Amino acid sequence: MYDFSFQSPASAADAASALGAAEDGKILAGGQTLLPTMKQRLAMPSDLISLKGCRDLVGISSDGSTLTIGAMTTHGAVAASTEVAKAIPALSALAGGIGDPQVRNRGTLGGSLANNDPAADYPAAVLGLGATVVTTKREIAADDYFQGMFETALDDDEIITAVRFPIPQAAGYAKFDNPASRYALVGVFVAKTAAGPRVAVTGAGQGGVFRASDIEGQIASGQEPNSASIDEGELNGDIHASPAYRKHLIGVMAKRALASAG
Amino acid sequence: MPTVSMTVNGKQVSGEVEARTLLAQFIRENLELTGTHIGCDTSQCGACVVHVNGSSVKSCTMLAVEADGADVTTIEGLAMDGDTLHPMQEAFRDNHGLQCGFCTPGMVMSAIDLVDRNPNPTDSEIRDWLEGNICRCTGYHNIVKSIAAGAAAMRGQKAAAE
Amino acid sequence: MSATGIGASVKRKEDFRFLTGRGNYTDDINQPGQTYAYILRSSHAHAKIKKIDTADAKSAPGVLAIFTGEDMQVGSLPCGWAVNNKDGSPMNEPPHPPLAQGKVRYVGDQIAVVIAETYAQAKDAAERIVLDLEELPAVTTVDAAIAPGAPLVHDDLAPGNMCYDWEIGDEAETDAAFKGAAHVVSIDVTNNRLVPNAMEPRAAIGDYNKGTGEYTLYTTSQNPHVIRLLMGAFVLQLPEHKLRVVAPDVGGGFGSKIYHYAEEAIVTWASEKVRRPIKWTAERSESFVSDAHGRDHVTHADLALDASGKFLGLKVYTKANLGAYLSTFSTCVPTYLYATLLAGVYTTPKVYANVKSIFTNTVPVDAYRGAGRPEATYLLERLVSKAARELGMDQVEIRRKNFIPADAFPYQTPVALQYDSGDYEATLKKAMELADWNGFAARKAEAAGRGKLRGIGISTYLEACGIAPSAVVGSLGARAGLFESANVRVHPTGSVSIYTGSHSHGQGHETTFAQLVSETLGIPIENVNIDHGDTNRIAFGMGTYGSRSLAVGGEAIMKALGKVVDKASKIAAHLMEASAEDVEFKDGKFTVAGTDKEVDFGTVALTAYVPHNYPHETLEPGLEENAFYDPMNFTYPGGCHICEVEIDPDTGVTKVVNMTAVDDVGRVINPMIVEGQIHGGLAQGIGQALLENCEYDENGQLLSGSFMDYCMPRADNFPGFQATTESTLCAHNSLGVKGCGEVGAIGSPPAVINAVLDALADKGVTDISMPATSHKVWQAIQNAQMPAAAE
Repeated sequence: MYDFSFQSPASAADAASALGAAEDGKILAGGQTLLPTMKQRLAMPSDLISLKGCRDLVGISSDGSTLTIGAMTTHGAVAASTEVAKAIPALSALAGGIGDPQVRNRGTLGGSLANNDPAADYPAAVLGLGATVVTTKREIAADDYFQGMFETALDDDEIITAVRFPIPQAAGYAKFDNPASRYALVGVFVAKTAAGPRVAVTGAGQGGVFRASDIEGQIASGQEPNSASIDEGELNGDIHASPAYRKHLIGVMAKRALASAG
Repeated sequence: MPTVSMTVNGKQVSGEVEARTLLAQFIRENLELTGTHIGCDTSQCGACVVHVNGSSVKSCTMLAVEADGADVTTIEGLAMDGDTLHPMQEAFRDNHGLQCGFCTPGMVMSAIDLVDRNPNPTDSEIRDWLEGNICRCTGYHNIVKSIAAGAAAMRGQKAAAE
Repeated sequence: MSATGIGASVKRKEDFRFLTGRGNYTDDINQPGQTYAYILRSSHAHAKIKKIDTADAKSAPGVLAIFTGEDMQVGSLPCGWAVNNKDGSPMNEPPHPPLAQGKVRYVGDQIAVVIAETYAQAKDAAERIVLDLEELPAVTTVDAAIAPGAPLVHDDLAPGNMCYDWEIGDEAETDAAFKGAAHVVSIDVTNNRLVPNAMEPRAAIGDYNKGTGEYTLYTTSQNPHVIRLLMGAFVLQLPEHKLRVVAPDVGGGFGSKIYHYAEEAIVTWASEKVRRPIKWTAERSESFVSDAHGRDHVTHADLALDASGKFLGLKVYTKANLGAYLSTFSTCVPTYLYATLLAGVYTTPKVYANVKSIFTNTVPVDAYRGAGRPEATYLLERLVSKAARELGMDQVEIRRKNFIPADAFPYQTPVALQYDSGDYEATLKKAMELADWNGFAARKAEAAGRGKLRGIGISTYLEACGIAPSAVVGSLGARAGLFESANVRVHPTGSVSIYTGSHSHGQGHETTFAQLVSETLGIPIENVNIDHGDTNRIAFGMGTYGSRSLAVGGEAIMKALGKVVDKASKIAAHLMEASAEDVEFKDGKFTVAGTDKEVDFGTVALTAYVPHNYPHETLEPGLEENAFYDPMNFTYPGGCHICEVEIDPDTGVTKVVNMTAVDDVGRVINPMIVEGQIHGGLAQGIGQALLENCEYDENGQLLSGSFMDYCMPRADNFPGFQATTESTLCAHNSLGVKGCGEVGAIGSPPAVINAVLDALADKGVTDISMPATSHKVWQAIQNAQMPAAAE
């Protein structure tokens, strides 16, 4: 890891100004992806701006129609929250399956979304539920937020403060683990909402998380989901899974996610 | 260089570190508590697991400066009064839950966090919980057995204290 | 049986320090004035070094020195075993410099070492070294490496990238056996390349003492004396008396810490240059490209059978990938530790094997848990199961029909080995009972009801370990003896220190060896200390590998203990005014037959050191004995492993639902430890069969270079194991012990794959390669269902 200068502001607003002022600043949330990346010297920020002092970014609340989770809330806290379990049990389960217990004790919702790893779990939930990403500057709809692998709509000096999840009628998440890293080789989130089903797929797409509109249509019309229309050319291939296998797994995971949604 | 202060195994400690210093390095190099091990560089093996404010974390994936003001427990902090092992340590010995010993501190620290959250875990819950702790020696069979026994002993200890 | 003697599951003496964080691993050690080394490694698989410019890097903060191959002109890292070609000519043995000379030959090859005040400074500075490398085409697989016109890893020092083209057995007689065969069953198998991944990354500290001229090397080694010999005599030309090698607590080895590695020589050599201690500790991603890998064989084999299913002959053609350089024992693994095992537990009268060992632009390959025997077992047990299926025979019956019977020992195989003992029917029977073999059909039907494909697989295997008779291995090309040494020092108050050349890095020697002492001398186990791992404290040692610690190191201790008892009996005889022949020693007490005279071991020990009343005319004072033990033969553990899997046909995920191992490991000293060893071996065997694979791309880049991509088995990959022993005694050592460290990894992979194939048989799948990942299983099902697409 290269050295950097470390800052620990007390609020998200202060963090955003620090980020704007830094030469090549990065936000440190839970650090569970950023620090390993920096250890490999694949990232070399001039400044790390820690959000650990920003207590305003932690917390879970629900008003019956929307579940709001602060950006610095850990996966472990989401998984253990009775509020979340009541509102969107699929989100509890998803959070409880990210990484391992120690990663869940540090890793955060905001960090995961800002990084937008193509094999991360949270993007599937945010996109699948049609959540709203709240930042220090604005509110961004999930459909606009994810812009490709490790790419998001965030500006250079913009920090996620919370995510607002509309509570669906039902939802389910099925994940097929990469056997080595335990990231999602394929993860499918299915949400039944008043406006119809939403299906988001993580782990598989070359451009990161994406919505599977054909599968949404199949579910809407009461068919069993299948991945026949997914374009294999758009899917990842690596030593763990070919695009064809990922395509197949999207269908299987969609069925399982739907079944778990009930 | 930043200064960090924290409580480690009940003792107040502080030191000057480069910002890039990992908590694991601070513990091993500055505090000379070498029971916390580093077995990988991708945050997977769990040899470095310690407790920060009561939760198990990978100390190789946390900056020392992030632990400023925290309460940290390492493997050395479990059997503080000399030779009396923590029930989880005792269970690992009784059930041959370790061989080379390298993953062991992380395993024990992880196991205690599990039992703190789930006092009576099933074998399958134990195996799931250990996703972040890799052992190359034991095949996990006796680790699972140890943790189940350690959990029972911890329940017993708690009941006795109440 | 006493509570701490032979056969007791004594809790481990070493556990307290490991459980309390008080272990002392190499990276835990710090010397005053210590500096840190970072090794700059090649990121190219094959390239010519045109220029290395270190000037700028040398000016980086904290840097003390930077050395390249040009600076470090020392001897080659030696290969410990010479293997000859078929025609008797010697193998090609290109040099293996600690820092690359002229060329780099694999991703990870050492180019330069930076020594600085901190590790971070050394690593920062290394980025400022300017390399001018001319990239060359690379070869990573054996087939690519022997193709005409392939790039040459060692140019004219190894034409055709061949190390040797070796054979064993009588080819003409084997061919003749095939002539009369009713059936010939053929198979092609690949034994996947593995990365050992002991949890403790390798580390080394070199410390030159300016005052005495002595060098000390602390290193993560399974055999410090071997490192002292190899590094001292061959690489750095340092005499033994000026070189101390310490292997303190070592966090697992599995073979990967046997070898003498470049980093050990680099820090030792450089510590004299910078006049300060130097520590190097591998990062895990560095371990992936610098620890010797394991396995990596490609094999074709044919088995001839008569009409009844009796084996008539076996022909085996193997290509073994040795990587870019010869690691210490790399050459014997695919030959003497592999092809000599091809008779297995069967009476196959004729066996012929040809092995070509080949250089490639990959990390050097050497012994990894099992070393050669897993490759032989996998081939044989896959082939036998395939033969059963092709002949329509039962999996068990074909094995039983060909077993070497229990009354046939000693049994001479057609491939050099003479087995001393075994009872393959007994381990088979017990394993089938434990695994409820006969109840499988019902379990399969029940699984089918849940949409799962259930399969059962078996492997009946044998291995040769406890290596080995020095004279035998010497005649086969070993450049070292393979005995072991022991020193038993009885202290005046009767406590005992044992100094053993065996090294413990997880095996529990401090307990098992202490049990031998407790049993033999009748003293409490608390009064015994086992010391190992330091060339200054231990007279000599050949170290730990090949499941040899008890069968060789333990026997050396027994021999030394015998000498102690002999001398102690004479002292006791003197004290009791009896003749030494009349003295009996039992449970720590010397008695004289037919009298009530008695003196305990402690009194004798004290007398030896306070020799007031002492037979000075015939005995020296003191009570301390040395012994060296060189075995008469290998030992031959064997047994039966049965695996049951369930496959999810929708995803290809294979779950091991039952794993049973019944192993004949000879006499068991500590059942708890033996079972633990077997569990660990099973996990590595199942890991090889289902999860682990070291994969390179065609340019020689390692694709599985971290735990993110190399699938390390985790707790949720396994069921609980059923592991037990059913032993016959080794016929040629006093304890009757064989070895248990590797059996789990040797017997299990074919049991797993046979189970997978059994589960997939209904889908029409007849072959799958290791590791049988979910992707491969799914693909195999797809291919079998769409035969045209598979073409």
